[in-house]
Amino acid sequence: MYGYAGKILRINLTDQKIKVEDLKTEWAKRYIGGRGLASKYLFEEIDPKVDPFSSENKLIIATGPLTGTSVPTGGRYMVITKSPLTGAIACSNSGGFFGAELKIAGYDMIIFEGKAPKPVYIAIEDDKVEIKDAGHLWGKLVYETTDILKQEYGDKAKVLAIGPAGEKLARIAAVINDYDRAAGRSGVGAVMGSKNVKAIVVRGTKGVSVANEQKVKDVVASKTKILRENPVTGEGLPAYGTAVLVNIINEHGIFPVANFQKAYTPEADKISGETMAKTILTKKHACFRCPIACGRVVKFKDGKEIGGPEYETVWAYGADCEVYDLNAISEANYWCNQYGLDTISTGATIAAAMELYQRGYIKDEEIAKDGLSLKFGDSEAIVGWTIKIGKREGLGDKMAEGSYRLCEAYGVPELSMSVKKQELPAYDPRGVQGHGLVYATSNRGGCHVRGYLISAEILGIPQKLDRFSLEEKAEWAKLFQDLTAVIDSLGMCLFTSFAFSLKDYVELMNAVCGTDYTEETLLTAGERIYNLERLFNLKAGIDSSQDTLPKRLLEEPIPEGPSKGAVHKLSELLPKYYEVRGWDEKGYPKEETLKKLEI
Amino acid sequence: MIKVKLFANLREGRKKEVNFEFFEGINGRYILKTLNIPEKQVSIFLVNGRDKSLEEPLSNGDVVVIFPPVGGG
Repeated sequence: MYGYAGKILRINLTDQKIKVEDLKTEWAKRYIGGRGLASKYLFEEIDPKVDPFSSENKLIIATGPLTGTSVPTGGRYMVITKSPLTGAIACSNSGGFFGAELKIAGYDMIIFEGKAPKPVYIAIEDDKVEIKDAGHLWGKLVYETTDILKQEYGDKAKVLAIGPAGEKLARIAAVINDYDRAAGRSGVGAVMGSKNVKAIVVRGTKGVSVANEQKVKDVVASKTKILRENPVTGEGLPAYGTAVLVNIINEHGIFPVANFQKAYTPEADKISGETMAKTILTKKHACFRCPIACGRVVKFKDGKEIGGPEYETVWAYGADCEVYDLNAISEANYWCNQYGLDTISTGATIAAAMELYQRGYIKDEEIAKDGLSLKFGDSEAIVGWTIKIGKREGLGDKMAEGSYRLCEAYGVPELSMSVKKQELPAYDPRGVQGHGLVYATSNRGGCHVRGYLISAEILGIPQKLDRFSLEEKAEWAKLFQDLTAVIDSLGMCLFTSFAFSLKDYVELMNAVCGTDYTEETLLTAGERIYNLERLFNLKAGIDSSQDTLPKRLLEEPIPEGPSKGAVHKLSELLPKYYEVRGWDEKGYPKEETLKKLEI
Repeated sequence: MIKVKLFANLREGRKKEVNFEFFEGINGRYILKTLNIPEKQVSIFLVNGRDKSLEEPLSNGDVVVIFPPVGGG
């Protein structure tokens, strides 16, 4: 096989048995790899009704066929499992270098089954795979865990790990790789913790075969040129990082403030990518084979350099908590990496707690022992509560369950700004109708990247859409969702879509793997993947009643700013969306749709 | 007076905010020309938070926001 390693590592943690299997090529043809292929394996191998923390759940670490190749941004991997946060399928995506190393070691995927009787870590050096005792690592923060393993296996080894948050089954725990890249969303870190797996260290020297070396060389050169010459991927992102979005989103009046109570702030520039570049930024950082280099490296208090915050993090800890202090936000981001927490869900859960406090549901007496404030705007609070959540201490224990369960415990679940119990990211859907539709229908719950319509409705890529209009938004949502499923499954970075169109992905895939996809067949694979995820969710009991948005966003108009007066008109969009998807009025894929997609 | 806010690399060599005296017919094109911003360097042009064409005449008191091509996630 080309691109693909053709091998899966199946690790039964209960029996402590390791098996190397052949990749199912028939499934790979239809579900591509990464997100799509792992979802197919999960769909076939577990009952979607299982308890996510039970040993019946499986955890899959999946690369795409292009991961580890010379393809620009070909370094992504995904973590697929049933989510303890949403109860739906989880597919968390990360960059860095771990995924490429796993593929180069000779594996497309790792499938974890069962549960280890005691904490373990997995050591992979090409064909040598061992389950090892992690007693000396359990309880340690991510950086120290990574350092210890790199010391033992060599500096070239790459490490994926959970921190104390995942060990303690925080529903918003992340999987961290290469110190500060995260497969953040949906509590995948907690599933890993529930299986007693602390880390995976991998060293790969085999390499990846491609179908036609010269062809790949040529295609890679021309696609890299596109990325370098495009102003977004070639200038804006490397110079300012993703936080360049702060001012853009704020100036459109859709920058959620104080748990979505407002959507505009005059303070935004204090935490923008522009300001970061002038203050705490020391340099940019790139993932494996990436010419874009959107990553940030920033100054930390003791003169150290640490991975800097992305847009979503700057928003969740910044505007959402009303803290306009980049140093505090950077520090909160640092602790999320150390404890292994999703920055979006953690910041947003703290924001929810702050509103609960503001409205008198959480009282001073309750948090007196924690010694931290829950007032909006308190910069020590965002740092302090992150650590409490990571340790599951004090109120941090309840917060580790995520904003929905936190608010529900006080009788007001509607104050959680989430969809399917997963916290909404940094865009107020009331001012971007299509993006709001994607929030409501994403298979993994409140998520922006699975159909990033902000691209069209705000940035004008690939074309400008009127953000307040409902016209054609259903069609656009489907297109973006299907295309994203393709990109995720290939193992490439979503940011290439600022510069690429579908045909670029087709050319890269066919050159590397020797396949003969057309634009139509590749996009259909994306649609197939999307529908399979939907089927998993329906079987898990997540139905169309959860294709919704928080009441506030449907009923309360944005109070001020450039999008003043807007609400989200989901009820007018959803039926059209189901129709465009080929689903019935209850949101179930119709027989003819499943047949057409050969699911 | 028209307040013009610049972002990202449009700030390089320029101030973050530039005020223009209002006159009948002032529009985006005039502002770009005066600030020496080539049109292809403009990706988002907002007047009071809404997309407007560069031709459309502005009103006194308008706030103009200009972004170059940028993106993120």
